[in-house]
Amino acid sequence: MEELYDGNMELKEIQTLAGHSDRVWSLAWNPATGTSNNPPVLASCSGDKTVRIWEQTPSNRLWHCKAVLEETHTRTVRSCAWSPCGKLLATASFDATTAIWENIGGDFECVSTLEGHENEVKCVSWNASGSLLATCSRDKTVWIWEVMPGNEFECVSVLQGHTQDVKMVKWHPTMDVLFSCSYDNTVKVWAEDGTGDWHCVQSLGESNNGHSSTVWALAFNAEGNRMVTCSDDLTLKIWETDVGGMQSGNDLVSWNHLCTLSGYHDRTIFSVHWSREGIIASGAADDALRFFVESKDGLVDGPSYKLLLKREKAHEMDINSVQWGPGETGLLASTSDDGTIKIWELAALT
Amino acid sequence: MVSGLINANPVIYEKKERRVRSAPSVGDDEHAVEPIDQLEQDLLRVFIFLTFLNHIRDIKDPEHPYSLEELKVITEDAIEVDDNHSYVRVTFTPTVEHCSMATVIGLCLRVKLMRSLPQRYKVDIRVAPGTHATESAVNKQLNDKERVAAALENPNLVDMVDECLAPSYA
Repeated sequence: MEELYDGNMELKEIQTLAGHSDRVWSLAWNPATGTSNNPPVLASCSGDKTVRIWEQTPSNRLWHCKAVLEETHTRTVRSCAWSPCGKLLATASFDATTAIWENIGGDFECVSTLEGHENEVKCVSWNASGSLLATCSRDKTVWIWEVMPGNEFECVSVLQGHTQDVKMVKWHPTMDVLFSCSYDNTVKVWAEDGTGDWHCVQSLGESNNGHSSTVWALAFNAEGNRMVTCSDDLTLKIWETDVGGMQSGNDLVSWNHLCTLSGYHDRTIFSVHWSREGIIASGAADDALRFFVESKDGLVDGPSYKLLLKREKAHEMDINSVQWGPGETGLLASTSDDGTIKIWELAALT
Repeated sequence: MVSGLINANPVIYEKKERRVRSAPSVGDDEHAVEPIDQLEQDLLRVFIFLTFLNHIRDIKDPEHPYSLEELKVITEDAIEVDDNHSYVRVTFTPTVEHCSMATVIGLCLRVKLMRSLPQRYKVDIRVAPGTHATESAVNKQLNDKERVAAALENPNLVDMVDECLAPSYA
């Protein structure tokens, strides 16, 4: 795979999606789209309190806004996530609620509202099977919800452990292990103990070579044995676990610091995402997009990652989210304080 | 709101006369440029600096009927502008070490800048080193844009900020 990236790569700007009237915080690609007979769809959410659904027109490959989900959230919609089947969209808002939307014949209806957090909900994540949902808030807690029949959601656990607001929650791509990152500079790993109780099984902080300021986001590689985290301390950190231990059903395997990518970013890194092909994309408050790939050159010193490509001024303002598209399209979407979403294609120079 | 003033007897300083002067050279070592460019950049910097100062020197202390400049919460030297990099940093000095209004003052400064400067500017706001008991906590909160965004959706806080930023009180 590595030889592919030794050649030059180019980043093509495909389209700018305008429509939100305030900063765009986050976006989510519908995982059930992007196949030959199913054009790619993504959802974006904004400080304008709305969610927009965007779809690519197959004939001309241009993106258009298919729906605006409004008049439900009363404050900023901070993040959104599609269920694995692509039927449901969960949206987390500063109004302290999480809304569940169902695509009914092309129309999106709010079918459930999850209440319980004391204040701003910052992130929502579905587990791999779609049976569990996690949310996190400025109230320092992480909630796990069980998806019941008839669009019912039951809170099965309230996880306390973070000492400051929790910025993001993310389920592991294959196991029912939950990861959260926080303003308290730590990443915490949560697992169920077999009796239905959830516990923090590991906390990755500064004393474990962790971050020295707010951890804004995390992402996993395709195999699920590596994790990347990004922070206000201007670094990306790569963590690794024993994939063999994971496959034997042991959820309690620990994560270890592999390497730190420092000196690349000038301001807070808000978002990071790992492509199926192994390329890490980052979006930061310096308006730039960066792409990193594992370097096989320096194996003597252990694994390392190198900068593959940097696009300055990718947006006019801070980049809040970067997400690779589904399938083998090489598409990436980014959101920004400038109110737009941009679609990019990372391709080998021909 | 707080009951009673945190600093009942603040020291009042005279307002500076507004005049054009050369701005302090900030970060020039790192970004050495040719003399002619330097002159242009200085002019630009002074221009932005004064425009900017006109905006923020009239912000009122939430606790007192004096402007932040009269209380020396903000001085000219505490404002650094790097136009080439669209960067502004404001360092303010809370009136007392335990000033619980420090985050509100910082929020006022940030809002004023958000409303005045072109959006390409990156702004950092901080309390002067050694002037506040919980300096790093205040700085972290003031520069977390998610916390700022959430605060600015709180009507009570927005009212307080708008009151601080009211154009005149003379």
